[in-house]
Amino acid sequence: MLVPLSWLGELVDLAPGTRGVDVAASFVSVGLEEEELHGADITGPLVIGRVLTIEEAVQKNGKTIRYCTVDVGDHGQRVTDGIPQEIVCGATNFEVGDLVVVVLPGATLPGGFQIAARKTYGRVSNGMICAEDELGIGEDHSGIIVLERYLGPERAAQLNPGDDAIAVLGLGEEVVEINVTPDRGYCFSMRGLAREYWHSQGSPEGGYRDPARVGEVPRDSTEGYAVHLVDSAPIDGVQGCDRYVARIVRGVDPTASSPEWMKTRLTQMGMRPISLAVDITNYVMLAVGQPLHAFDLDTLSGAIGVRRAREGETLTTLDGVTRQLSVEDLLITDGGQKPLAIAGVMGGADSEVTDTTTNILIEAAHFDPITIARSSRRHRLVTEASKRFERGVDPRVAAAAAQLAVDLLVEHGGGTADDAATDVDVTRPRTAYELDPMLPARLVGVDYSRERVIEILRHLGCEVVDAGGETITVTPPSWRPDLVDGPDYAEEVARVDGYERIPSVLPTPTAGRGLTHSQQVRRLVASALVGRGATEVLTYPFVSATFADTLGMAPDDVRRHAVRLANPLSDEAPLMRTSVLDTLVDALRRNVSRGQRDLVLFEVGSVTRPEPGSSHTAPVPGTETRPAPEVIAAIDAAVPAQPRHLAVALCGEIERSGWWGKGRAAEWSDAIELVLVVAASVSVPVSTEAAELAPWHPGRCARLTLPDGATLGYAGELHPAVCARLGLPARTCAAEIDLDALTAACAEPVKQADYSTRPVALTDVALTVDEAVTAGELEAVLRSAAGQHLESLALFDVYRGDQVADGQKSLAFRLAFRAPDRTLTTDEVSRYRDAAVAAAATAYGAVQR
Amino acid sequence: MDPMSGPNTSYDPVAVAALEPAALEAAVAAAQAAFDGAGTLDALKAARLAHLDKGAVALARREIGALPPTAKAEAGKRVGDAMAAVRTAYEARETALQAEAAERILVQERVDVTMPVARRAVGARHPLELTQERLMDIFVGQGWEVAEGPEVESEWMNFDALNLGKDHPARQMQDTFFVDPPDGGLVLRTQTSPIQIRTMLTRTPPIYVVAPGKVFRTDDLDATHTPVFHQIELLAVDKGLTMAHLRGSIDHFVRAMFGDVRTRVRASYFPFTEPSMETDFECFVCLGGDPLVRSDCRTCGGSGWIELGGSGMVNRKVLTACGIDPDVYTGFAFGFGIERALQLRNGVSDMRDIVEGDVRFSAQFGMAV
Repeated sequence: MLVPLSWLGELVDLAPGTRGVDVAASFVSVGLEEEELHGADITGPLVIGRVLTIEEAVQKNGKTIRYCTVDVGDHGQRVTDGIPQEIVCGATNFEVGDLVVVVLPGATLPGGFQIAARKTYGRVSNGMICAEDELGIGEDHSGIIVLERYLGPERAAQLNPGDDAIAVLGLGEEVVEINVTPDRGYCFSMRGLAREYWHSQGSPEGGYRDPARVGEVPRDSTEGYAVHLVDSAPIDGVQGCDRYVARIVRGVDPTASSPEWMKTRLTQMGMRPISLAVDITNYVMLAVGQPLHAFDLDTLSGAIGVRRAREGETLTTLDGVTRQLSVEDLLITDGGQKPLAIAGVMGGADSEVTDTTTNILIEAAHFDPITIARSSRRHRLVTEASKRFERGVDPRVAAAAAQLAVDLLVEHGGGTADDAATDVDVTRPRTAYELDPMLPARLVGVDYSRERVIEILRHLGCEVVDAGGETITVTPPSWRPDLVDGPDYAEEVARVDGYERIPSVLPTPTAGRGLTHSQQVRRLVASALVGRGATEVLTYPFVSATFADTLGMAPDDVRRHAVRLANPLSDEAPLMRTSVLDTLVDALRRNVSRGQRDLVLFEVGSVTRPEPGSSHTAPVPGTETRPAPEVIAAIDAAVPAQPRHLAVALCGEIERSGWWGKGRAAEWSDAIELVLVVAASVSVPVSTEAAELAPWHPGRCARLTLPDGATLGYAGELHPAVCARLGLPARTCAAEIDLDALTAACAEPVKQADYSTRPVALTDVALTVDEAVTAGELEAVLRSAAGQHLESLALFDVYRGDQVADGQKSLAFRLAFRAPDRTLTTDEVSRYRDAAVAAAATAYGAVQR
Repeated sequence: MDPMSGPNTSYDPVAVAALEPAALEAAVAAAQAAFDGAGTLDALKAARLAHLDKGAVALARREIGALPPTAKAEAGKRVGDAMAAVRTAYEARETALQAEAAERILVQERVDVTMPVARRAVGARHPLELTQERLMDIFVGQGWEVAEGPEVESEWMNFDALNLGKDHPARQMQDTFFVDPPDGGLVLRTQTSPIQIRTMLTRTPPIYVVAPGKVFRTDDLDATHTPVFHQIELLAVDKGLTMAHLRGSIDHFVRAMFGDVRTRVRASYFPFTEPSMETDFECFVCLGGDPLVRSDCRTCGGSGWIELGGSGMVNRKVLTACGIDPDVYTGFAFGFGIERALQLRNGVSDMRDIVEGDVRFSAQFGMAV
């Protein structure tokens, strides 16, 4: 909302010399955020110009440039030579003879943009023809301002080349732009903002002059134009319209134009002057916050009827769009039948005032905010009216606003107002609230006295009755629908008294237990991976509808059950990932495409695993009380499981080539090792077994299992077909584990096991087995049979070739034995080894080489 | 000849040439010269044989036996001195040559230590995660606990319970990702605030939690927006909490993240808090500087203040919806964007860098922000 200083000064006392920055700071001090300062930063010469000649030429860069001469009155630099101002212009939306705004060398435009004569496109441009955005009066940069269109032909006709455009456009004075929060609808008016400014000055006696003369105008007359309010389907039990004031002015001169001061003000407020009737409705709205609508009385045939729309009804609104109405839309109708307007949002094209309208019906009504908000959203129509109704308009101001409009129409349009006035008013008075005057102090932490609280509330317009009891009786002003509960009043007290007075006090929480186990595990795991050269990335969790096929998942793979978004950002990615790897591969591919070759990436994040076949419909209970336990349970049940996963992806060399020699490409075993490192970082032993699972290579995929046999995850080389489909480097490797499972597996404190300081005894065995026997199986049986003194066992060689039969391989293990209390003898060690070998022979036919 | 009457050669001095002082001196000098002339340890070994083990002095020592007893002592001393001199000369040379050899090996073993070493990649955390951890730690260190919640969340937790009624603009499709079917009551959480609700439903006051997490809004990715971003939120519910405690917590957070800067507060509006508050903090880059220099500050845009985030006292309706008696307990909540913290502290100007997963972005940070 824009606040011109001159207008503000009419409603409050502005100290001499008050500048825009001061006003902005005052607003900020009562909690109204400053958006921007306009107008102060233009210095002339900025003048009216008339385009004399246009020479158009297409430039090498394809742009069309106009070399113009412009009559700028006596301001022309070369006026003595009788040569009009030569200006180069990039816009093409004007003709010879148009009146334009010209900024001349020596001037400064908003943003400190200094204008000088300079050479552009081969010729000297002595200034610039201005667009709206360059002057800070609008966003438009599609073309320059043509004043016949911008101000209307009548007003433009009064202008002469050389006139000061700063005055014409109202740029001479400062305008403060305030950002109004949704709870303060009353601040969408000068009436409301002036009151806030007054508060910022300490609410001095007599320092605020309300532009709305509420209570001084005719009310409750039934003699005026007939108005019927009907609401067969109120939303949440609230009447769509609870007040409707209709006033009639006849014999208005349709050619009369708005007074200059009004046009200037509208321009300053970012609105275009259009016609007297429309300008007046806009002006009154800006002044007192009441949106008005002006109907051409002669187009109406019956009473004004306010009702909900019927199924199938349509209305062509002022913007020329024919709209399908919903039964929730509130309509203003002619005689209860023909729709005239979507109440509080936009009028219809048929009944609007035109350049022949002489008899005008002014509507000043109060509509239900929810009804207007829904209609505005339904029709994607955010208008000045809807913006205000949605946030709450003062229901008491309607008649005063209508009176203001009537007076202006009579004064400037030469019309005569009907004596009779319609005011159908079924609004209910605000209920009083029993406020504990100590509540603001208790909530804010500043010692406001009872007297101070009452003083501030009265300044705000509240009626306060203090009988000296524990509470005071507060009735909020009609323009403050947001004041309902104790904390609302507490905020008002704090705000008007000044938020800066709130002290800074550290609370003293009860002693916490630090990070949760899960959070600690995540940090440890990430650190372990970084220690192994992995880089953490974050990816969006959205995947395409075909991700499961791309990854080659089996038809019954549980990971195919993904949550679908109703309104995804892109139809290419409507599903939530079921594995982190789904999206981590995208990051890998992006890095490769950007020239990285050797990569180890990891991501820790949630995956969404909806229960196959479940409906996933969460109840939405009320909020008046805590929902029943079964309702909360139903909400929780509807929220899909979202375990935390860790995924790793590797490609290129894991050990790099360099002057030190040849490197080593990342392979399946590196992916497995990284999982083992992760598990070891939280002291969880993990075992591996062969597995087949998409998207891994069927012969190079390991399932990693926890000590209790549960699956932790999978690791290995990706399937070549998957790499091809995803555009990943050949032999890309990857792992994905359930981090929640790992977290659960390390919940207990690590228990120390004894270790011996006696000498170690090493012995090697080479076992020949069928190819089908895995190292893991052989290792397991050796371990189980080697006895309690086996300290470690390591596979150090795998041999296939002449020494062993076809289809067989030889695996060489080094066994280390150690007793806790003595040095083992050679015989003992041999016995243990032989027992292990015998077990391997029994289980897998292993033969010692 | 009667042996008893002949000359007693055993007792009479007999001149042995090799034992003459002059001869010994010459032998010592020769040995010294030989040792000094040995350029290598091998040459020294040969010289040792010639001048020490089987040299003139050693040979001379054998002659002592031929001397009469009266002369033995003197000659023995003379030979011993000469022997010691030769040995000393040898040892000195040996030490010198050994040192030289050791020195030579070190010279030979010299390498070019400026050759690049990068056998294995150096890993890195994502700075956003590190920032999130840093933020958590600030409050954990004060006794707060960390709470988390699901990203696919119920509408009730994300909106209704937070006093965002069904007509609130934030609930429109333009802002919120809805899970299909759209009336199924599930959304991607638009804020970390549903964690507040879950916390209040499962814990009893006093509650002091910090809630970080990923949140979602239907914004297209550009330099300043991302549909997936991160927030961190404070929630305290206790007896006697006021806006002063809220301000104190925020001030502490600002000091811990951005140094010793001032804050300023003003009224604001959020459906889930009443009273509500907006906080700015003094720009930590241009703080206290010349206003003219400050006008160019890229961090605060020249205003000298940086907008921090919204906060307030938990709305009574929110406490009520969670079954906490608002007449007994008060609470405060404060939310902040983690991307924003990273952008401000570490000068990250383009949001796309944070989300694209380019390893070069993370690599700059290592494990530190």
